[in-house]
Amino acid sequence: MDILLKDGHIVDPANRLDSTSDILIRDEKIAKVGKNLRVNGAKTVDCKGKYVLPGLIDMHVHFRQPGREDEETLLTGSRAALKGGFTSVLCMANTNPPIDNQGVVEYIYAESKRIGLINLYTVGAVTKNLDGKELTEVGQILAAGARALSDDGKSIMNAELMRRALEYTKMFALPIISHCEDLNLSKDGVINEGFVSTKLGLKGIPRTSEIAMVMRDIELAELTGGRVHIAHVTTREAVELIGQAKGKAINLTCETCPHYFTLTEEAVLGFDTNAKVNPPLRTKEDVEAIKKGLSEGTIDVIATDHAPHSEEEKDVEFDSAAFGMIGLETALSLAFSELVAKGILNWKQLVERMSISPAKILGLDNKGSLGAGSDADVVVFDPKINWVVDVKKLESKSKNTPFIGKRLDGIVTLAIVGGKIKYENGKFH
Amino acid sequence: MAVTWVRKDLLGLEELSAEEIGLILETADSFKEISQRPIKKVPTLRGKTVVLFFFEPSTRTRTSFELAAKRMSADLVNIQTSASSLTKGETLKDTAKNIEAMKVDIIVMRHSSAGAPHLLAKAVSPSIINAGDDSHEHPTQGLLDLFTIKEHKKKIAGLNVSIIGDIAHSRVARSNIWGLTKLGAKVTICGPATLIPPDIERLGVKVTYDVKEAIEGADVINLLRIQLERQGQNLFPSLREYAIKFGLDSEKMKFAKKDVLIMHPGPINRGVEITPEVADGPYSVILEQVTNGIAVRMAVLYLVSGVRERKH
Repeated sequence: MDILLKDGHIVDPANRLDSTSDILIRDEKIAKVGKNLRVNGAKTVDCKGKYVLPGLIDMHVHFRQPGREDEETLLTGSRAALKGGFTSVLCMANTNPPIDNQGVVEYIYAESKRIGLINLYTVGAVTKNLDGKELTEVGQILAAGARALSDDGKSIMNAELMRRALEYTKMFALPIISHCEDLNLSKDGVINEGFVSTKLGLKGIPRTSEIAMVMRDIELAELTGGRVHIAHVTTREAVELIGQAKGKAINLTCETCPHYFTLTEEAVLGFDTNAKVNPPLRTKEDVEAIKKGLSEGTIDVIATDHAPHSEEEKDVEFDSAAFGMIGLETALSLAFSELVAKGILNWKQLVERMSISPAKILGLDNKGSLGAGSDADVVVFDPKINWVVDVKKLESKSKNTPFIGKRLDGIVTLAIVGGKIKYENGKFH
Repeated sequence: MAVTWVRKDLLGLEELSAEEIGLILETADSFKEISQRPIKKVPTLRGKTVVLFFFEPSTRTRTSFELAAKRMSADLVNIQTSASSLTKGETLKDTAKNIEAMKVDIIVMRHSSAGAPHLLAKAVSPSIINAGDDSHEHPTQGLLDLFTIKEHKKKIAGLNVSIIGDIAHSRVARSNIWGLTKLGAKVTICGPATLIPPDIERLGVKVTYDVKEAIEGADVINLLRIQLERQGQNLFPSLREYAIKFGLDSEKMKFAKKDVLIMHPGPINRGVEITPEVADGPYSVILEQVTNGIAVRMAVLYLVSGVRERKH
């Protein structure tokens, strides 16, 4: 059935549209955009007062399948994604077994197709078993459909190996997503090194652990001509380095996450393990620099680093608690309230960071756009509804978010994937 | 003093007001005499159960709490374990809930992870007393140090107190800094640059790497233990170099005030942070600290148990 979205505020920077209009969806594609569209027999959705956006793309999620299906599955992760307005996601490789060979990549795509909720893509690991020692069969993994390579969760400490990986992947025109952490500097650390770690007597992770590796990867990108995408940037210095490097002819992109533009290390006071995340929450100055980086475009992408963890991994001593927080269901509301409503990004820029840029980086040619002929991945966002983050209402199987109890602005009311309504007002289809 | 004690737990000195600290010290003062009697027992905590839940080896603190509880007629259970035995399956919280289910009143807890007592304070109903959580806090040590200083100097406000040693890994340093600054002392910390944690000045202390500067003009010098396992972590080249640069010996004592108090939370490494002639010398109140520890812990057990009483 055709779907007609009436009178929504369409934000489609790819087609220079930022105004009220209608969208007609036919089969799997956007058929037409214009005012006063009329189609017989179409399912019509009144979008008055709401924003209509290209489906968001989260290029950094951990869905824990295979291996830790008690924490998240491809199904529950997909539902959380839809509820948060993400019609496409990119899964990281640190599952058990890891996504480090063609077989596991094929398994992920087969499962995702069976579930049929969102466009689920996966990375392949850079090194076998994410050990940082030996390259995976990159060509086979990419042939099976992986959209990038990453050992995320683990840092590739061997600079020579990173160099070869970047050189080798030049043949495939896909990025290596780099988790930048000098493991010698961060050893045993659990939160940002600074006043809060001093106060709480917790071992700190110095900011240099990130900065030094970002610096290294920029140099390696320059040396090799390979493509580097820096994951979860948190420090002012890393933003500056990336900004400077972008002035040169280097294939470099980067992302940050909602918690890095909304929270500081102070969220850990009281030993809240839900605020324990790697890289760690930093300082107020860093949060300001991240916002500036987003606003100026130095930071290309907002991704969630959605990292579900079970209660038994989180409700324990701070030192023993797992790193990471879930983020799919809160990301758009946080970006809306903290960035758009406060004038740091306009809607067009937000769509660039959360849809257009990830589509470009991952080579998803027909996504990130609402132009006729594009994939019909569309979300509708109502900015007037506010809601409270409630453990009982989260779709994600894990509940580890520091935003529990927080009131957020704006909610996704409709998500269309490949021309089909998959989520509408709290219900999945 | 008009303040009443309302806290179920004692987790640290950070959250206490100067008045609350004053109340504990006054209460301790009234209990100190019990330990001087031939019959060292009062019925104050009769019928109460105290569990000593220690995840790290401890002789001094555990014995001190044990005697404090016994001299007040509480029933006492010792659980000594290593944090690693819990990784076999049962979480810390589950273990604590089992202890709670046995209807105990107070859990005195030492743990190798900062914040572990805070986790339990939220999870279970018995009072939690922090007996040291890694590098975070050791409130009863801070209190007994304050008590000892006050006994000798009759005041805390305005005193110059220097803390010398491994500040970064020291719960004693943190509890002392909170307690001393709240009561108006001027605190200087001193140690190798690698053992001074970042931004500690923001706690209202002065930092120096020059031990002479820390000694001169100090009314109190509190020496911290150098944990031998810190060797080989490149935090300082050798114990020898540490002892030469920071160890308190009679040579460095020449810079000290004539009525300085030398303190140490123990156990002391003779010849490292302190030489025998200083540890055993006339300025040392190290063993008085140990004696006072019992009075302070009696006071804390008494105050938190009173809160539970009122709640029942």
